[in-house]
Amino acid sequence: MSMLENDKDYWRWQESCWIDERRDWRTARIVSAGIDIGSVSSQAVVCVDGELYGYHSMRTGGSSPDSARKVIDALLARSGMAIENLHYLVGTGYGRINIPFAHKTLTEIACHARGANYMAGPSVRTLLDMGGQDCKVIRCDERGKVERFLMNDKCAAGTGRGMEVIADLLKIPVVELGERSFAIDAEPPAVSSICVVFARSEALGLIKAGYTKNKVIAAYCQAMAERVVSLIKRIGVEQEFFITGGIAKNSGVVKRIERLLGVESIHTKYDSQIAGALGAALFGHTLMQKQTKES
Amino acid sequence: MIANYGYQDGTGEYYIAIDTAHCAECPVDHACVKACPQQMFEIVEDDYGDSMSWIKEEHRCLLIDDCASCKKVSDHTGLPCVVACTAGAIEHSW
Repeated sequence: MSMLENDKDYWRWQESCWIDERRDWRTARIVSAGIDIGSVSSQAVVCVDGELYGYHSMRTGGSSPDSARKVIDALLARSGMAIENLHYLVGTGYGRINIPFAHKTLTEIACHARGANYMAGPSVRTLLDMGGQDCKVIRCDERGKVERFLMNDKCAAGTGRGMEVIADLLKIPVVELGERSFAIDAEPPAVSSICVVFARSEALGLIKAGYTKNKVIAAYCQAMAERVVSLIKRIGVEQEFFITGGIAKNSGVVKRIERLLGVESIHTKYDSQIAGALGAALFGHTLMQKQTKES
Repeated sequence: MIANYGYQDGTGEYYIAIDTAHCAECPVDHACVKACPQQMFEIVEDDYGDSMSWIKEEHRCLLIDDCASCKKVSDHTGLPCVVACTAGAIEHSW
């Protein structure tokens, strides 16, 4: 019996924190931070002199200001910093207008493109961000500047929250869904429903019809992949292609997207969920540089 | 930048695309704002400091309904926002 068998938290993903111990923020000229308050997860990133120093990623709570404070405090505590040590802080994401201590707010579109440019390099031209409750496709140039974008936040199908719902329904930890979607004898057709509520009903129907849980997951991953691929095709894919957001950790969706597009995505050492906050911190660095030059 | 505001759902794809490069140098002082009977357009400064027109957030997931009064069933030509934008920066996907 799995450890989670009796719990209700099959949707729960690992919150994370990381600090680059080789860098010392005390000797930096500019310490900038970015906070991305998403609908499902929140991230804080600190950059020293324009390089990633540390990040913290956690679940968003009921209040955006509280989530912002909590995520940045957790990161600062780990690094021995106080908020006064941050020269510039940029807020982004769904809850960005509710970060009272941010010097500036920017859209998550611009921040994700800038963050992806840092994480995957200047060759990235097409970025797919699969967030908690929305999905974004962004085309950018070699500096990470947005050239075109498209966003869909109409419903939760094709997003992280949709995957969490399926994890809870099937009583399988969300982090296992990707691998389990390949433990099948033959690839099933995608679930037909585009709405996560109906997809849930359809998944229940498939179980009753004799589908294994793994096959239901495969059908759901395929549906999610088909849905985002239609968005990507609307913008057009130009290589290199990079995926960010929590769903980037789900190989079942990522590999199916790659298969449908006929393009492989770039893999990096960074946590795929920090792109928005990282971009915000990098914008913060640039804005602070500009401010210093002007004064 | 080509900014697509809208959504995709079970009934189709509904996006209004705005070419912000043309929008930033608008020759008619963002006439789209006044032209839209639903007042869906708004002038904002984008993340890179350029002035541009965008679709207000509260309309982005309701385009099929909010644009309905301007879209006759058989003829989608002559949309007020598209006609007002002489720079040709606005396109509807449906």
